[in-house]
Amino acid sequence: MSNYMVNLKINNIPVSVPEGSTIVQAANKLNFRIPTLCFHPDLSVAGNCRVCVVEITGARALAAACAMPVAEGMEVFTNSAKVRTARKHVIELLLSEHNADCTKCFKNGHCELQELAAEYRVGDHVFLDLVKASDKILDISSPSIQKDNSKCIRCQRCVRTCEELQAVGALAVACKGDHQRITTFMDKSLHNVVCTNCGQCINRCPTGALVERNYMEEVWDHINNPFKHVVVQTAPAVRIGLGEDLGLEPGHRVTGKLVSALKHIGFDSVLDTDFTADLTIMEEGTELLTRLKKAIVDKDETVTLPMTTSCSPGWIKFIEHTFPELLPNVSTCKSPQQMFGALAKTYYAQKKGLDPKNIVSVSIMPCTAKKFEANRPEMRASGYQDVDYVLTTRELAMMIKQAGIEFTKLDDMHYDSIMGEGTGAAVIFGATGGVMEAALRTAYEIVTGREVPFNNLNITPVRGMEGVREATITITGTRPEWSFLEGVEMKVAVAHGLVNAKELMTAVRDQKASYHFIEVMACPGGCLGGGGQPIPTSADIREKRAQAIYAEDEGLPIRKSHENPEVVQIYKDFLGEPLGHRSHALLHTHYKPRKRY
Amino acid sequence: MSKTETLVRALVDKHGKSRNSLMPVLQGVVKEERYLSEEAMLEVARELDISAADVFGTASFYTFLDTVPRGSYVIRVCKTIACHMAGKDVVIDALSDMLKIKVGETTVDGKFTLLTANCLGWCHKGPVMLVNDEVFPQITAQKAVEIVEEYARKK
Ligand code: SF4
Ligand code: SF4
Ligand code: SF4
Ligand code: FES
Ligand code: FES
Repeated sequence: MSNYMVNLKINNIPVSVPEGSTIVQAANKLNFRIPTLCFHPDLSVAGNCRVCVVEITGARALAAACAMPVAEGMEVFTNSAKVRTARKHVIELLLSEHNADCTKCFKNGHCELQELAAEYRVGDHVFLDLVKASDKILDISSPSIQKDNSKCIRCQRCVRTCEELQAVGALAVACKGDHQRITTFMDKSLHNVVCTNCGQCINRCPTGALVERNYMEEVWDHINNPFKHVVVQTAPAVRIGLGEDLGLEPGHRVTGKLVSALKHIGFDSVLDTDFTADLTIMEEGTELLTRLKKAIVDKDETVTLPMTTSCSPGWIKFIEHTFPELLPNVSTCKSPQQMFGALAKTYYAQKKGLDPKNIVSVSIMPCTAKKFEANRPEMRASGYQDVDYVLTTRELAMMIKQAGIEFTKLDDMHYDSIMGEGTGAAVIFGATGGVMEAALRTAYEIVTGREVPFNNLNITPVRGMEGVREATITITGTRPEWSFLEGVEMKVAVAHGLVNAKELMTAVRDQKASYHFIEVMACPGGCLGGGGQPIPTSADIREKRAQAIYAEDEGLPIRKSHENPEVVQIYKDFLGEPLGHRSHALLHTHYKPRKRY
Repeated sequence: MSKTETLVRALVDKHGKSRNSLMPVLQGVVKEERYLSEEAMLEVARELDISAADVFGTASFYTFLDTVPRGSYVIRVCKTIACHMAGKDVVIDALSDMLKIKVGETTVDGKFTLLTANCLGWCHKGPVMLVNDEVFPQITAQKAVEIVEEYARKK
């Protein structure tokens, strides 16, 4: 934005803002809120809903404040009679085409359209009701995402999200006029197109047109079934996001309360995905070092480098569709969720003397793609579906409210054992760059016997919100068995948001960039900005969540995955060694190409 | 390579690999194949490196970019107000009787598709009919039938 300041008046109050600011931004500076619907801070400006109209002295028509840049001497009125009437009509017109069955809608109480309707006290029958039964096209083909056209106001936030942030383009605007609708290629169901299930469109949809498939009732049923042993795992990013849906400000860490709430709800065992995040580091770190050894020492040309991470199921589906030729680069490690699932019905069952068929395995995830992942045919290593139900952070918040729990008053509790222990390295999986940092903390130490050469273990070059980040670490002072890595400059890269992943992987495919190890997270900011996290989201909110993640890491006594005592124990008692026989059977998998077009 | 792939590649070579070429490429496909098949749209998406949904969305916006199979001759009768007043209904009824199809349908031999269209810019000379890209202004029911009979005799 320019340094040049523009002076204008809003509601007769002078204000100066940088040239290029919009009227909405200028009004915000004076604490005048102008309602918006099609506008979202993460996206380009569409200016199609007209909810944000304002009056400008001398202008013939009302202007869209989200799109209109300020000008010197401009006089703006945000609440004149003309503005109020126009705005109310816009909302009424939207509702005349809207299947407003709020009481049965998943978004009831969390809906931007509903809020506006309430704020403007819209009347009845101002415009003809144009909702037809045929408008109700409900797509529940995907295990992750539910799309209901009758709730869509065609603001196109989802289309812009999918294209601008995710470079997927699964959604597009079709037809025109009163036939206009948001759809997929040839109106196919979401499950049968390139959609990655990332849920970023859900996070930005202002209505109930795009929401997650929810499984709360199924989970309640199992909890209430005395013959079932229901275990629950919680992903790293849930503990720093959940509070936002339960009355706390972004950036609150609620780990202990999260555990208490899950116990109150009635789960038989409250465990932590952090345990398998640490395990992932052991497996993935070993896999990386093995690939490097084969490439450098054995000169094995079949080894594929760079190796990429595999914990983000949105990323996995994206690469299956978009870069199938790069699938050999993906680590064979399952995601922490799926490692947990496979172990819950084997290792955990054995240790606890339970029949795996009576175990119901639930996970709480910041993610909608995890619902799809749990249903993949590859994910039945235990002989059962490894993870039975995946709930988003938002669904858990709803269950906590349903259970009548006053969340903010809860005492902190500790995770159960076994599989409840996690380190700081596991917590940072929730932020972009975190898997990379955790892997480096462990791999560097395996190879050199010393801690990574960064102040307080904080590998800052891989942190932050830049779309693609690179770092180089020179390995020196190796142990004898790793001497082939002496002096090697480890080149790593991190990308978050699929639009950035696409850029990075295009460079890799075209051999315009060379790295040893790449971390990709499908969602902006990493899991902390996942499609299952509390709504709204913005760069500012994601930044606060990231700070909470790193604070959680620094507050933990153990911050390196290989020092997790439960991880040490599982290798001793059950798995043998990383990449060993049992690991292969339970913790690793391969993915198959899918059609992009 | 299939016929459609060859066609799309030739069109992309001619118009260039940018998003701006989307319309001319789609028009080129429709000119040859009468409609945009799923295969054709996927090929265009691949060649222009844009999403398939985007191609479909764009096509659905234009009446002349059909995404369902059409006959060799696509008959379009303007249904907008001037042509309506000038008697487009009798023209449509006559064609529908003759071809034994309703608006939106294609004859079993795959030769004719009968459609209506929005204003074609010939309002001063309505009713107007279009067969592929040939315009027939000021038609009557009888003239329309004669013209279509003429097409039926072509192979
Ligand atoms: S989308 Fe919003 S306004 Fe529409 S029915 Fe749901 S809650 Fe009500
Ligand atoms: S879930 Fe992700 S990939 Fe699928 S439509 Fe939404 S934004 Fe696009
Ligand atoms: S699905 Fe939601 S985000 Fe997309 S256009 Fe409809 S209302 Fe807007
Ligand atoms: S918010 Fe400004 S036009 Fe939609
Ligand atoms: S109304 Fe038929 S051509 Fe204009």
